[in-house]
Amino acid sequence: MLIQGRVWVFGDNIDTDLMMPHIAFEKPRSEQAKWVFRTNRPGWVDMVRKGDILVAGNNFGLGSSRPAALLFRQLGIDAIVADSVNGLFYRNCINFGLPAFNCPLVSKSFGEGDIAEIDPHAGTILNVTTGLSLKTGILPEMLLQIIAAGGLIELLTQDGYLEPSSNYIEVNNEPC
Amino acid sequence: MGMTMAEKVLARTSGRDIVRRGDILECAVDQVVQVDLSFALMDKVPTRVKSPDNVSVIFDHAVPAPSVKDAEGMSIARQYARKFGLNLYDVGRGGICHQVIMEKAIGLPGTLLACGDSHTCAAGALNCVARGLGDAEILHAACKGTAWYIVYPTVLFELEGKWGDLVSGKDVLFYIADKYGDFVNHNLEFNGGAITEMRLDDRHTLATMCAEVSAEFVMFPADDMLVSYLRSRTDRKFDPVSSDPDADFESVHKIHVAEIEPYVALPHSVPHNTMPIRKLGKTRINQALIGGCSNGKLSDLAIAATILKGNRVAPTVRMIVTPASQEVYQESIRLGYVNTLIEAGALITPPTCGACFGHHMGVLGKGERCISSSPRNFKGRMGSPESEVFLASSASVAASALKGYIVDPREV
Repeated sequence: MLIQGRVWVFGDNIDTDLMMPHIAFEKPRSEQAKWVFRTNRPGWVDMVRKGDILVAGNNFGLGSSRPAALLFRQLGIDAIVADSVNGLFYRNCINFGLPAFNCPLVSKSFGEGDIAEIDPHAGTILNVTTGLSLKTGILPEMLLQIIAAGGLIELLTQDGYLEPSSNYIEVNNEPC
Repeated sequence: MGMTMAEKVLARTSGRDIVRRGDILECAVDQVVQVDLSFALMDKVPTRVKSPDNVSVIFDHAVPAPSVKDAEGMSIARQYARKFGLNLYDVGRGGICHQVIMEKAIGLPGTLLACGDSHTCAAGALNCVARGLGDAEILHAACKGTAWYIVYPTVLFELEGKWGDLVSGKDVLFYIADKYGDFVNHNLEFNGGAITEMRLDDRHTLATMCAEVSAEFVMFPADDMLVSYLRSRTDRKFDPVSSDPDADFESVHKIHVAEIEPYVALPHSVPHNTMPIRKLGKTRINQALIGGCSNGKLSDLAIAATILKGNRVAPTVRMIVTPASQEVYQESIRLGYVNTLIEAGALITPPTCGACFGHHMGVLGKGERCISSSPRNFKGRMGSPESEVFLASSASVAASALKGYIVDPREV
């Protein structure tokens, strides 16, 4: 499995409030992704294309547990590679089925619009545009399986562990 | 080579004798805590719950419901909790999850706790191995009773010496953030004589705030103070963990706590963005907020009441006080703190995460500035992207509310 795509470059300490601003909480799921990076990079969501890759600096995704990784998937982002990925955001990426990689210096090795090619099994990222290759570290098998399944929600749903919460809309149906 | 506190618990819960840095483990979690917001954001609920006695559902982020979406999320959560017989802390029954985890002794020494809020490292003050999980994996933990963890390197802080006046757990974290920055993909451990001298509330604040330097697990020792607190609140047995003398610490830092003074974090982030509050120039504020998971404790309302007793909040400032739990709220009424704060002109809200994440109960408009003892200050977090949040201890917030600008509480 190779992941190839056009790169967007973001800086250090991009937090989850920038990724998924509070206003998105109030919107239906299908509209939440419109608000991604509205504060730090207005208009970006209109330029991003399916198959694009995010490259970022240190501590990408610091902050809360909100499901920002899911919004990147909805926007068509295929992978995230950062100098360092915040621990909780890393968990959220993997568990929502979005490959994420720690790769020191990656943010200095890509320009916006460069083409990246990631080999998750070899643990490398190649800048196809410049020919530069970097090590990303290899994703453990346990996490690759979660990503391959499309995330934990898909895995749990397949196994019958989850049902739509709309099944619970009937209230006040218990006897008095 | 020995193991750290967190490593021992990760080894036990993954069925191994020993774990090492870089290992990735599937662990059986001892307790699962789900919060209201997760039900409003996700459109799936479990059909099976592995261990209902060990699952709590705590309403805190949007209490009482400020929107139809929140109300419906909580309605789903209530029905789900009743269906499986989970421990439900409904509106008016609990408070902010991290405070409830402490008060109700949900997080116990030597156990592994999973909660769907990023400040879950708070429970490290209870010698409980805990970190925030995301919305997908918290469902997994509820359904199947497990979660995956990576064994990260651990940094040890040894705190020694005598505490200065009006120095709180908040100031300790800001001192560390000033000197060391962040700890992405690292666990932290605190120890030393000055930790033993710290009140449980301050340890809990310090543990909570470690989320702001991106720490993973944050562990404190189980000393007599902690054990007797928990014994007074639960009959459940627990087995504290301590680090081996030859544990694998990546680095050890000694902190002389006499060097720590009241600090402030400047807007939009915490690492390398804090300074002694006395060095900040005269900075006017519109709002002063005491509360949140980090600082809505009895000791926070106590110090605010002490500072504000017989005084009035500056006319240009609105002061909001959000107790972290119903227990804190009720005890603050009994002890007269609430009355003192109301007489000073403060507004008391029900326990909720509320304003801290810009949801309700005190959001900011364009151009407004708040000093807050809540935990987080990202750009736009408390409302308008063009507002500013300074963070400080509750003593500093109360003193600033009195003056109308940010001030060192030792000067009031």
